[in-house]
Amino acid sequence: MSLAVRDVAGILADNLRLRGSVLPVPARRATRWARDLGLPRGGETVLYTGMMYQLVPYIERLVTLEQRLGGTPLARLAGLARRVNRVVSLVSLAARPSRAERAEADRVPATVARLLRAAGVEFGSLYSDDLYAGALAHDLGADSAVAVHARRVAAIFARYGVREVITIDPHTTYMLRTVYPRLVPGFDVRVRSYLEVLAERGLPHPAPTEPAPPESAPQASRVVIHDSCLYARAGNVIQAPRDLLAAAGVTVGEPDCVTMCPICLVNLRKAADGSLRVRDISEYLDESAAR
Amino acid sequence: MTASERLVVGPDLAAELHELGDFDAEACMNCGVCTATCPLGIDLLPRRVLRDAVLGLDDRVRAAEEAVFSCLLCRACEAACPAGVHISEDVRLLRRWLLKERRRAR
Repeated sequence: MSLAVRDVAGILADNLRLRGSVLPVPARRATRWARDLGLPRGGETVLYTGMMYQLVPYIERLVTLEQRLGGTPLARLAGLARRVNRVVSLVSLAARPSRAERAEADRVPATVARLLRAAGVEFGSLYSDDLYAGALAHDLGADSAVAVHARRVAAIFARYGVREVITIDPHTTYMLRTVYPRLVPGFDVRVRSYLEVLAERGLPHPAPTEPAPPESAPQASRVVIHDSCLYARAGNVIQAPRDLLAAAGVTVGEPDCVTMCPICLVNLRKAADGSLRVRDISEYLDESAAR
Repeated sequence: MTASERLVVGPDLAAELHELGDFDAEACMNCGVCTATCPLGIDLLPRRVLRDAVLGLDDRVRAAEEAVFSCLLCRACEAACPAGVHISEDVRLLRRWLLKERRRAR
């Protein structure tokens, strides 16, 4: 028996309504990726993470917890957990990823920022106002909570005078580009994936990089793309990643797997169970400078 | 369905789904291409549960809750659908209806 799915969906919707994210993450952790980059606050163009990559270690912890609780009598207490969660954030108590796990999640947004800067793109960050866009709550059908949240995010964009948003994952891209205009009257912000921006500008050579972590293996010269569901079937972001990988000297094929979405990263890593190397596309682009 | 199972169909559920959003499962031809392309291999989704929703078989839709919430909304089925049904949005509306049902039951 798994946890009651409607109670879990309710907890996530409550979190979005009360705490601004389906999985509340302390602002200092959600913004740690930008700590050493010196990005200006706000501006007409901002890099918007939507906190998706930062949420990955928390999602992994919670999925493990759900699998442990699912077969026990505790699963029946999901309704009670929802009521308690309205007062005390259970996610903050239950999901405590390690420093290494959090650092890995921070690497992608930091890498994307460096790639964009090296390509000559001027942009700022909203730091603690870079809120989760509401993707999971929208997928679960919690439309009322998402509508309120979308207006909150749109008001932040208006307050900073944001006219263009550069996203780093397909879920945030889809929410801001497709869903928000339906939910927020007059929402007029240009939304592009960093892959589209880099494909238009050209991959910077040499790509900026930082010292590779010791566990990092050399870059594969051949990969197989896992096309993002939303990029490929809702966002028409299909050619840009291929062009960028070609420019980075990466042949698309077998056997490694490259993703461009934190949810795909979680699901494929779990499914591969260590038998296949699954990494984010930004890491390959970043490593191209080393060759 | 067993031979002795009695089904009562009606328009109410589909009408509620239309009120919630752009529900278009009536266009489904029940060809099964969606089921064949589902990367999760969820047999129930989408054609059977959408047919149940169109027919107004509320209890069957409630019983399919776990499958409805298991769908990844990856749209592989939608890309292959010869009838052009917006399957992922229909599934999302079913979730929304199930969440509303939960609130009503309290």
